[in-house]
Amino acid sequence: MKVPVSGSDGVLVLTEAGPRLLGARCTRCGNYVFPVQSGCPKCTGDQMETVELGTRGTLWAWTVQGFPPKAPPYIGETDPKKFRPYGVGYVELPGQVKVEARLTEADPAKLTAGMAMELVLDTLSTDAEGNEVVTFAFAPVAG
Amino acid sequence: MSDDVAIVGIGIHRFGRTEGVSGQDQGVIAVRRALADAGVGWEDMQFAFGGSAAAGAADTMVSKLGLTGLQFINVANGCATGGSALFSAYSTIRSGLYDIGIAVGFDKHERGAFRVGGTNWYGASGLALTTQFFGMKINRYMEQYGISENTLAKVAAKASRNGAMNPMAWRSKPLSEEEILNSPMLSYPLTQYMFCSPAEGGVALVLCRADIAHRYSDKPIFLKAAAVKSRRFGSFEVLAPSLSIEYGVGPTVDASKAAFEMAGIGPEDVDLAQLQDTEAGAEVMHMAENGFCADGDQELMIQSGETEIGGRLPVNTDGGCIANGEPIGASGLRQVYENVLQLRGDAGNRQVPNNPKVAYTHVYGAPGISGVTILAR
Repeated sequence: MKVPVSGSDGVLVLTEAGPRLLGARCTRCGNYVFPVQSGCPKCTGDQMETVELGTRGTLWAWTVQGFPPKAPPYIGETDPKKFRPYGVGYVELPGQVKVEARLTEADPAKLTAGMAMELVLDTLSTDAEGNEVVTFAFAPVAG
Repeated sequence: MSDDVAIVGIGIHRFGRTEGVSGQDQGVIAVRRALADAGVGWEDMQFAFGGSAAAGAADTMVSKLGLTGLQFINVANGCATGGSALFSAYSTIRSGLYDIGIAVGFDKHERGAFRVGGTNWYGASGLALTTQFFGMKINRYMEQYGISENTLAKVAAKASRNGAMNPMAWRSKPLSEEEILNSPMLSYPLTQYMFCSPAEGGVALVLCRADIAHRYSDKPIFLKAAAVKSRRFGSFEVLAPSLSIEYGVGPTVDASKAAFEMAGIGPEDVDLAQLQDTEAGAEVMHMAENGFCADGDQELMIQSGETEIGGRLPVNTDGGCIANGEPIGASGLRQVYENVLQLRGDAGNRQVPNNPKVAYTHVYGAPGISGVTILAR
């Protein structure tokens, strides 16, 4: 079974149709933020509604995480011998917001600003009950 | 330009790693050196502002320095902690409340990249790393404005050469461009030797009313401006789970403009600058964000040596964060310490030639904050 990484309330939901990111939309100025939060950083408004964000977008900026992050807080692989670099980038969801995420592609030769990306799940670790602990990521759209 | 506030004493504890000496004790050593430099005692200090990010409350140092009853306020403002302590001291003297006091910053961090965040999804997912932001920002900038990898290597090589001339710096070995480019790739396109590391160190500055400065120093340096700004909507910041669709300038641009307005001068009047170089790309981008060139002009400026100590605009003459490491609480004050040395003409073999008159400092850090100072003699 797949379970979202702890603290994913207001961030990520697993639906039958696939993963969905949750954001907030300002009912006064229409600005989107991710994840859900109570106030609008654009207009200072305090009336935000929770919305599901789009699942496709374009890569805006990217890098590759080349060394194991410290644990805590990281729950993925931290053994330098087993660690595999992962991509990190901002994906612009049209008309909404740029979301920071892991990327399933980690080869700099295969990453370019402007390329089409879609939301997927990425497994970080396995918990004591044998569940796959997942977070969200973006993958290049095939073709 | 107003001459309201002067720096009359400077003290530093060597940056890097000092086993067996706490962060606060490094701050205490810096305070004693700054007091000696100004020829005053701790009992002459009417106020203090101080801070560290990871080495405890600054105000408890009074138990070692002397329980004189002075006003001591702790400052905690992320990477702008030192700059904020200095801004507070500057404002306190300008307000007329006190005549003389001290700003101090120190720190002692664990080895490796900064550990950020608790147990939430962001850190758990491997996204709470400041290094990723710097990789993404310069990667995008290089593509937009034609900055080369070799230019990044030149910036880091310059930092190592300048640091090798600074007895207070952590890194004392000059590195070649090849060594820098061939070191492990930490966050594409940035390699290990292009990054600074969290470190240890302490800096203290004695400040006073400009009209009494000559009592304490025959070479007072005047603080013409001190500005601290937080981020505005649309800016691209470190440790941000999302960014808006709209793109706007960062806090560095705002802090720089505010400081130049306060000082009544422009970037063309600056003789040397210490700019936040968390990594080599940050120095490149901050040259433009602080108004010293247009986006993209850095490529030619750096390739032709304009930011070297003998160049048109020397940048990070003490080796910057890359050679000194980044003890958060002390980092911004280190830049001011270096500028005071340079303006006094006391920087030894790394002295900027032709008697520099105006010097600039800039810090940037989490969660999107910037501090700028302008000094003149």
